[in-house]
Amino acid sequence: MIDLQPFVVSFKLAGLTTAILFFVALPFAWWLSQTESRSKPLLEALTALPIVLPPSVLGFYLLVTLSPQSAFGGWLSETFGVELVFTFWGVLVASCFYSFPFMVQPLQNGFESLNRHMIEASYLAGKSRLETLWYVALPNITPSLLTALMITFAHTVGEFGVVLMVGGSIPGETKVASVAIYEMVEMMDYTQAHIYAGLMLGMSFMVLFGVYFFNHRQKQKVRKH
Amino acid sequence: MIELSLEKKLFGSRGAMTLKMSATLKRGTFVVIMGESGAGKSTLLRTIAGLESAKGSLVVHGEVWQDETTLLPIQQREVGFLFQDYALFENMSVEENLLFVKENRPFAKELLEMMEIEGLATRNVTTLSGGQKQRVALARALMRRPKLLLLDEPFSSLDPRMRKKLTQKIKAIHTHFGTTTLMVSHDVSEAKALADEVWFVQEGEICPSGIEVL
Repeated sequence: MIDLQPFVVSFKLAGLTTAILFFVALPFAWWLSQTESRSKPLLEALTALPIVLPPSVLGFYLLVTLSPQSAFGGWLSETFGVELVFTFWGVLVASCFYSFPFMVQPLQNGFESLNRHMIEASYLAGKSRLETLWYVALPNITPSLLTALMITFAHTVGEFGVVLMVGGSIPGETKVASVAIYEMVEMMDYTQAHIYAGLMLGMSFMVLFGVYFFNHRQKQKVRKH
Repeated sequence: MIELSLEKKLFGSRGAMTLKMSATLKRGTFVVIMGESGAGKSTLLRTIAGLESAKGSLVVHGEVWQDETTLLPIQQREVGFLFQDYALFENMSVEENLLFVKENRPFAKELLEMMEIEGLATRNVTTLSGGQKQRVALARALMRRPKLLLLDEPFSSLDPRMRKKLTQKIKAIHTHFGTTTLMVSHDVSEAKALADEVWFVQEGEICPSGIEVL
């Protein structure tokens, strides 16, 4: 009998991370795409850090920051009675940091590829920046939006190092599918590891195939017009 | 009456130069702005619309859009702007492009009829020809009943037949709505057909001798 609980935790984590990051990253990506601020390269570099940083490094810093012994972790614990380390919510916070660039970058690229005059036409129509983002910019970058959502989701499902550092492996709480596979291999349970790994492989492929298939169809539609 | 006195540093294809333009216009005048590429014609329109910043003042029919203390945001300037590349909202139909500006269905219908594109109301704008797109863009620019209609080389990507047709449309619209219109063009025949005044722009300035009343 396959224990599906690690998958449930993985998908719950990925779903919540994607939903939170959508609302956090959307205005940020929009601002990055429109700004001429000198701080833009600095913010872009900071945003992209999780892509190049080893997950254990990011996980280590997050563990230190969220730990009740740190200033921030201590403040959270004393003020709100919240302890994040080795909890699902702690993993969720860590996951949001880890997957942030995967949401921001496709959205920013999408916004930057839009016709600047179309955005200006919306302002000239009396619409605010927020209305322009929601009614004009976002509907015109559907492939980028889908890419951002799907890649963020898939990337979070595949998280390992950060989850292990911040959340450990508590069944039903922080033990995600990738950590479960690691433990199965450690215990030489290759049969279960094969099943878990196969499921992850299949799902990851389906997600990527879905994104590329949709984007291919969108491009064909544009060419026809 | 429109009084403008604008100054802006430009760094274009011809290097650094200063856009320095002063003019006074009567309400309802049709001005065609001519001059070499890179002289600052489009920048002048963009600055009036508030799409680019500049020093100076701009007063439109007694309302201050810009001076030392005031800077009216783009959204509050009653401007209709026609871009060279149409800049239609590609996620919307023809009618939705107009209604997005203002939820006034009878007026949108009237404008589409004036442009002879009422049959295209439900079509997605990406499926239209260049001439059709430009007429949708013109109708959209009029939805707010703008005080100023700014046209940035509106015919440049159209064939001669469509240019002629749209020239007539713009003339009719200008007369019908009584807007003050500024249009950038390179075509002398268009200027003759439309303009009450022609401004010749050279290196960022309206040539003093270049204001010609036709």
